[in-house]
Amino acid sequence: MKVSKIIEVLDAELLTGEENLDLDILSGCGADLMSDVMAFVKDSVVLCTGLLNPQVVRTAEMMDIRVICFVRGKIPGEAIVDLAKEKGITILTTKNPLFITCGLLYSAGLIGRGVWD
Amino acid sequence: MSEEIIRLHYDINAEDFSAAGEASSSVKKTLTRLGINPNVIKRVAIAMYEAEINAVIHADGGYADVSISPTEIVVVITDHGPGIPDLDKAMTAGWSTASQEVRELGFGAGMGLPNMKRYTDDMHVESEINVGTKVTLIIKIT
Repeated sequence: MKVSKIIEVLDAELLTGEENLDLDILSGCGADLMSDVMAFVKDSVVLCTGLLNPQVVRTAEMMDIRVICFVRGKIPGEAIVDLAKEKGITILTTKNPLFITCGLLYSAGLIGRGVWD
Repeated sequence: MSEEIIRLHYDINAEDFSAAGEASSSVKKTLTRLGINPNVIKRVAIAMYEAEINAVIHADGGYADVSISPTEIVVVITDHGPGIPDLDKAMTAGWSTASQEVRELGFGAGMGLPNMKRYTDDMHVESEINVGTKVTLIIKIT
């Protein structure tokens, strides 16, 4: 699923990373625990989280995750957005809670597992 | 890549949690520039990042020494923190001594050392109470 489609499905706002709008995302990961993201995520995912700190961007950077979507209407501060911009990572924000965010993406066809089984 | 071994040194500063990961980020950048296999780079980055975070949250910082040879990448993270009382327990997924504050930041769930083991080919932990901890992470390039 293209990042542009993810924005449409989640009625999300793009905060940085327009260059990735055409990127194909295979799977999603909903988590507030960054160590779990590092333990389980394998493929190209959109990371959906309610955790709001620069380590979310750092985790994404290490994992080669190119898209982060903050849920529950959370708006990241300048430091987070700037770090993401520097790393070429797209930041989205949606008013949907984490469960609904994952459900909307899954229902729209983002059904890859993207984890180490 | 030449036969020469590249050595990098970083101080890990614990004063600013938001800066944790800068050393791992810099190593990732260097490995990318050297044209190392992306899968190897990702494994190094994740393992080193977990170790770097550990040094910040448990030990008030430390330092990282990285050596890159044509066959392997060795990352050594050293701190002068409290040490690990029970290494077997620390290697168990889910076991953690991290504070609630650290957990709220998305870490300290007892996945750090298991994650380092998972993403490396070899890993050694030397720890002494009230002296510090040295974690050696080895990732083969071939």
